[in-house]
Amino acid sequence: MQMSVSDYLIFDEESGTYIENPEQAVRDDVEKHYWLHVLKTVLKDWRLYLMLIPMLLVFLFWRYFPMYELLGCFKVTDDTLPVADQLFSGFSYFKRLLVGGDTLSTEFWRAFRNTFLLSFYGLCFGFPMPIIIALFFNEIRSNIMRSFYQVVTYLPKFMSTVVMTSLVMMLVKQGSLTSGSGILSQLMENIGWIDHETAFTVGLLNNPSFFRAIYQISGIWETAGYDSIVFFAAIIAISPTSYEAAQIDGAGKMAQMKYVVLPSILSTIVIMLITRIGSLLNIGYEKVLLLYNPNTYVTADVVSTFSQRYGIAGTGMKGLASAAEMMNNVIGMLLVIGANTISRKASDVSLY
Amino acid sequence: MKRRLEISELIFKIISYTLLTIFALACLYPFLYTISASISGRHAVDYSEIVLFPKDIQFDAFAAMFGNNMFWNAYTNTLFLTLYGTIWELFLSVLGAYALSKKRLLFRRGFNFFLVFTMWFSAGLVPQYLNYIATKKVFNSVGIMDDKWLVVIAMGMAAMNIILLRNSFEGVPSEIEEAAIVDGATEMQVLWKVYLPMSKSIIATVTLFFAISRWNGYFWARQMITNGNEHPLMVFIRLQLETYQDPDQMTGWDYPYSSDSMIYSLIICSIIPILVIYPFIQKYFAKGVNVGGVKE
Repeated sequence: MQMSVSDYLIFDEESGTYIENPEQAVRDDVEKHYWLHVLKTVLKDWRLYLMLIPMLLVFLFWRYFPMYELLGCFKVTDDTLPVADQLFSGFSYFKRLLVGGDTLSTEFWRAFRNTFLLSFYGLCFGFPMPIIIALFFNEIRSNIMRSFYQVVTYLPKFMSTVVMTSLVMMLVKQGSLTSGSGILSQLMENIGWIDHETAFTVGLLNNPSFFRAIYQISGIWETAGYDSIVFFAAIIAISPTSYEAAQIDGAGKMAQMKYVVLPSILSTIVIMLITRIGSLLNIGYEKVLLLYNPNTYVTADVVSTFSQRYGIAGTGMKGLASAAEMMNNVIGMLLVIGANTISRKASDVSLY
Repeated sequence: MKRRLEISELIFKIISYTLLTIFALACLYPFLYTISASISGRHAVDYSEIVLFPKDIQFDAFAAMFGNNMFWNAYTNTLFLTLYGTIWELFLSVLGAYALSKKRLLFRRGFNFFLVFTMWFSAGLVPQYLNYIATKKVFNSVGIMDDKWLVVIAMGMAAMNIILLRNSFEGVPSEIEEAAIVDGATEMQVLWKVYLPMSKSIIATVTLFFAISRWNGYFWARQMITNGNEHPLMVFIRLQLETYQDPDQMTGWDYPYSSDSMIYSLIICSIIPILVIYPFIQKYFAKGVNVGGVKE
């Protein structure tokens, strides 16, 4: 708010001098008793604030209090002591992870690289799929048929990670003396994509070079249908007159796609793309944790599973493990904020 | 007026239908396969001889599972977690989102930031784990010995769903609220009689999200629930899978069904409730989710 001198002082004609503006006295009063004013407003509307309290408490206890435990990153881990009483160790964990030169540091960098690569491949292969599916949905004129396709393709999204990974594990299981390999392994072996050794003796899930493919394909299976909702909503919002105008101008199907549909859903695509880029480092740990094993750590281990392995499953490394994940999450946060800023600048749409 | 289909349009239509059908079949196939494999004979399952239809039909795997007390235990636990977890989350989110949607709320931006920040930055697994351990101690000291309540109360709150609800509540015209207040409605009545009926589709969607995430919850339930009798279904399935994939366990296996059929039948039982509820709520999605958190 722009203030000018006349807000504070006004010229008094009678006495010929400047006197204090009475409105300023009121403002001063409000400012002096700001918290009283706040209290009054809150008390008048106390029901509204009461509604807010349970949610705030839950977030405080179980989202913000864990951040206090991050102190452990800078302390010598001692499982018997609360984090406040542990000895200060400075940045030694960060140093060890980043430039330690030992296996731990190598493993951390490997995990960081895998985190990035898994999401990056997800962005390359997983991102276009929902858009394509939404375009296809648009071609289906019959409502019943479309509902059927939608129900079926959204379905995998609602399966739990445990169910999905169990299915994957059994469909590509390796063989043994008393059993054959899984049906997908057999299929791929028969087509000739993989040899008998990989399919039967080793098993696809024990071969590091297949982990990323399995991860991406199961990811597409799981989310492509469901993620198309957003794009489909954007497509059906296009007015039919736009198509008619294009047809009158002699546009074929491809030209309509190029000049009508794509420009209309471009803003949605851009927003979703920015969101995806922003969450490049926030990869779900559960799926990796359930699918990987020591044989595939090379390509499968991500930062959160690294942290889980050393910090929760192992003992005495809690500080180091939280330091690893904190670095990942801080960079992730910067990416999200950056993406959000770009989105706001580019399209006046703020994601949060 | 019926327009003649152009060639390019026809080709595109055919491609659309074909590829969509293939994708839909790919989505459906694992489930069909699971059903077939759960009721097929041991040899057929072990050597992956089933393609689509069951072979040497048996129902012993289902019978063995239904006869297993641990299974019913796990099922009851999951129902418990889902029911109370959904109610708890819905209660917090609806009240919180309603308050946040009010322009007259003081420090509204601050409260919003408080929520949104948790979407940007999370402390990570280890700090969360330590926090849950501490919570568990507090719970035990006040007499809540059941780890299930810890899972219900402390886990799963997602800021995204609250923001989804808040945006929907903001869309309710304030004139309607003012009219209700003039008629003497209290704050609770406004929420209950005006806001909730006007945001049915988003409430349905969010409730489904809550219920599904509770039903599917695995990692923290496995970490925090120490008593095996309190394990939910997903933890039970995973533990069974880990046991049955262990070759040492397999040498003693002399049942007419494969150990895999056991897992397959478990999976079927675990997804049936979702399959039953989901098609009824599916129609709300397009309206409910849309771009969701996006706020212009």
